[in-house]
Amino acid sequence: MAAKKAKKSDRDAVTLAKIERLAREVLAQATRGANPAVEIRQRSLSNVSFNTKKKIIELGDKTQSREFFNTAMARKFMQTMIVAQGCKKLIDEGKTVSIRQMFYMSKHTLDRSNENTFEDQSESDPIIEDLEVGIDALREELHLFANKRGLVVGKLVVNDAGDTIDLARMGRGGWGIPSICESDQLEFVKNSADFVLLVEKQAVWLRLNEDRFWEKNNCILMTSEGQAARGARRLLQRLATELKLPVYVLVDNDPWGLYIYSVLKQGSINLAYESMRMAVPNVRFLGMSASDYKKYKMPHAAEIKLTKEDLARAEQMKAYPWFKDARWQREIQGTIDNGFKMELDSLLTKSITFMAEEYIPKKLRDRDYLQ
Amino acid sequence: MASRQREISVSEFFTKNRHLLGFDNPAKALLTTVKEAVDNSLDACEEAGILPDIKVEITEIQPATSPNQPSKFRVAVEDNGPGIVKPQIPKIFAKLLYGSKFHRLKQSRGQQGIGISAAGLYGQLTTGKPVAIVSKTGKGRPAFKIELRIDTKRNQPDVVKDETTEWDKDHGTRVEIDLVAVYRGGRTGVQEYLEQTAVANPHLALTFVPPKGGERLEFPRVSNELPREAQEIKPHPHGVELGMLQMMMQDSGAKTVKQVLVDDFSRVSPAVAQQACEMAKVSPRLPAEKLHGEALEHLHKALSQVKVMAPPATAVVPIGETLLIEGLKRRFPRADFYASTTRPPKVYRGNPFVVEAALAYGGDLPLDEPAEIMRFANRVPLQYQPKACAISESVYQTKWRNYELSQPKGGLPVAPLAIVVHLASVWVPFTSEAKEAVAHYDELLDEMKLSLQECGRKLATQLRAQKHAQREHLRRSLFEKYIPEVARALANILSMPVEKTEKPFYKALPIFVNLGLDEDAKDAPKEVPTGGGAPSVPPPASAKGKDKQLKLVE
Repeated sequence: MAAKKAKKSDRDAVTLAKIERLAREVLAQATRGANPAVEIRQRSLSNVSFNTKKKIIELGDKTQSREFFNTAMARKFMQTMIVAQGCKKLIDEGKTVSIRQMFYMSKHTLDRSNENTFEDQSESDPIIEDLEVGIDALREELHLFANKRGLVVGKLVVNDAGDTIDLARMGRGGWGIPSICESDQLEFVKNSADFVLLVEKQAVWLRLNEDRFWEKNNCILMTSEGQAARGARRLLQRLATELKLPVYVLVDNDPWGLYIYSVLKQGSINLAYESMRMAVPNVRFLGMSASDYKKYKMPHAAEIKLTKEDLARAEQMKAYPWFKDARWQREIQGTIDNGFKMELDSLLTKSITFMAEEYIPKKLRDRDYLQ
Repeated sequence: MASRQREISVSEFFTKNRHLLGFDNPAKALLTTVKEAVDNSLDACEEAGILPDIKVEITEIQPATSPNQPSKFRVAVEDNGPGIVKPQIPKIFAKLLYGSKFHRLKQSRGQQGIGISAAGLYGQLTTGKPVAIVSKTGKGRPAFKIELRIDTKRNQPDVVKDETTEWDKDHGTRVEIDLVAVYRGGRTGVQEYLEQTAVANPHLALTFVPPKGGERLEFPRVSNELPREAQEIKPHPHGVELGMLQMMMQDSGAKTVKQVLVDDFSRVSPAVAQQACEMAKVSPRLPAEKLHGEALEHLHKALSQVKVMAPPATAVVPIGETLLIEGLKRRFPRADFYASTTRPPKVYRGNPFVVEAALAYGGDLPLDEPAEIMRFANRVPLQYQPKACAISESVYQTKWRNYELSQPKGGLPVAPLAIVVHLASVWVPFTSEAKEAVAHYDELLDEMKLSLQECGRKLATQLRAQKHAQREHLRRSLFEKYIPEVARALANILSMPVEKTEKPFYKALPIFVNLGLDEDAKDAPKEVPTGGGAPSVPPPASAKGKDKQLKLVE
């Protein structure tokens, strides 16, 4: 199994050294009779803080010691070592795989047992994140990427891995946002857009693209297709910082939609260690707002009753430090007071083109957004 | 009225009172017959200082017409005892109420002297066959074969046959009784009795040949130590019954009341006798024969109240903690744990007694059934009337949940558990003349519970150690499962041979897994033979090395 050694970049050499250092430490601990352990920074609400200056969620210093000689941790410890070994192999061979492929690379049956090293991908994904924070390496430095999610069209020309792509000529389907959007692979060639509009739902994005909204409004139109993946977040941040474009976000009027916005704005608890590279603190919340119901005289048909879970989530979010601002408290409370939520799609109750031709342009015109 | 008064024949008495004597039904009759013969053999051997070797053989001599119907059996019990001199044989085996045990206060198995001759009479009444005895008193002496019948009118033995015979034994006695009976298994069966007898008598070598081709049972001797002979003691003033007191006064010859008290009672000094007489307002110098009626009753009451030393404990012979476990192992050789306790001697109503208890746990005992209780009085198994017995009550009242066992409310512990409780006393208080259940005296019940609690604590210590060991075994196998994976990953990352990355983990493993017991000892059954704490497992060594770990994240 002599792996072909690929030519390594400096970045690869640094990452390799980190993996090897981890392995050496573990072995040294076992050798001197200590419990081999990996210190992993906790990715939980109790270990994140909201940096009010930078306006992003940051990971704290609290670590959890993942010990091998501990029945509750032994399996995860073993899995961490196997993923580390897989990443080292990828770097050695100069290949990049998806986190799903890493799951298959790492999965095998244990000796004298019918237990697998990993039973499904939901086991390996968190281990990969653990390794990222455990050795302080970025996912792409480990030669891994997540399944891509998110679409983009608009007045922008990019170069991706040598191919020049005019995002104004992507037809109905748009361009799939790669999971890694770092500048060494994705370059902005020519921008003529005035702003970026990101919508939560693919269906809404398709509707707006069909109406050539981006052409009429001279913008870049993105969808995160639900909770934004790393690629979409990284791209959004680069558009905001490198091209200095204002970014507007349109999500459903419910706690979950608002949280999608929140992650884009200041990062997530789970990926708090990546906030610096991904958060867009000045992203603008365009809608839907609880107040839109009255403002746009929405019909009763637009209402969906809030569930118990919705209410609990709303209360939870009110308590997050990054929603402490009075305007946000008002927005969340507005939904609670309404007692119902609204989907973006419900704007179609007015007319098919209401969203593209009236709702969004009016909001932009009136500067009717939260930031 | 007077014309209707007549002497009652023995057979009439027997027929009317057979429930008192253990012959209520054909199944019980078989058990009682075996029991009386075996008890006699054991007592005879022990008194002669011979390690008993007993063979019990039951054969069906005339099959039943349908299953579970009574049929004719022959019970043969043979021992290696001292043998019986020929003139005594007819009286012992064919005269009711003839015996040496009734008139004394001494711990022994039988107490009424009615047993074996009653069995013979039952046999004779149901089959018409005489009792056959072979006995030999020593090497070179002749063996006698005697067949006896009881003259039920006169309560006198009739010798039917009397001959000398060849017997390869040096000494011993064999008794054969034909009787109509039912052979049954289960709690009240003969086999249960013999197995329990083996438990309570580790010095006994026992062979049982059951009828109908059943499997032969052998219990080789596990102790070469004969039980110490129990000392005969005089009645203690706190326990003497009124009738007994009257008899003692009547039979005193020319003694005064005070003299009788001092001479014929245990622990009564002249001062104590004087005090009792004063309390009863009875003249100490009154001739004992003349003590009657109210005066006698007053004295009886005074005797129960007078302060006096407890009777000597030498009168009671327990089995002992070590031998009790040896005995229990004969019946449950594959249990995981054994525990036993012999309590110090105590007194109830002037009678010294000792309670002991033993437990066998785990192994091949049934997992989810109520615990099996074996009740013993002076080494004799009690098989009937468990509900009425103080021993059962003590088991119910013990809080087994304190000892890691499950116990439904007010029930028996449900666990792979066998419980032995033995009451040794010069006078065992039974609930009835059938001697099937021990009466509920607080003093007895308390001691029984204390003995069970002590055993329970010993068991719990073991169970906790076992649970700990099981947990540690699980932990070890978990780590052992993952070490090869971790070692392989490390070897690949560091480009090292797997052996080099694997070894440190296997070396570190014992630091983090505490099995608590030596590897070779872990499969052997553990036991706690004597009082005091059970060998406990040392607490796991502190296995945390957090302080030494390097932080891999700044």
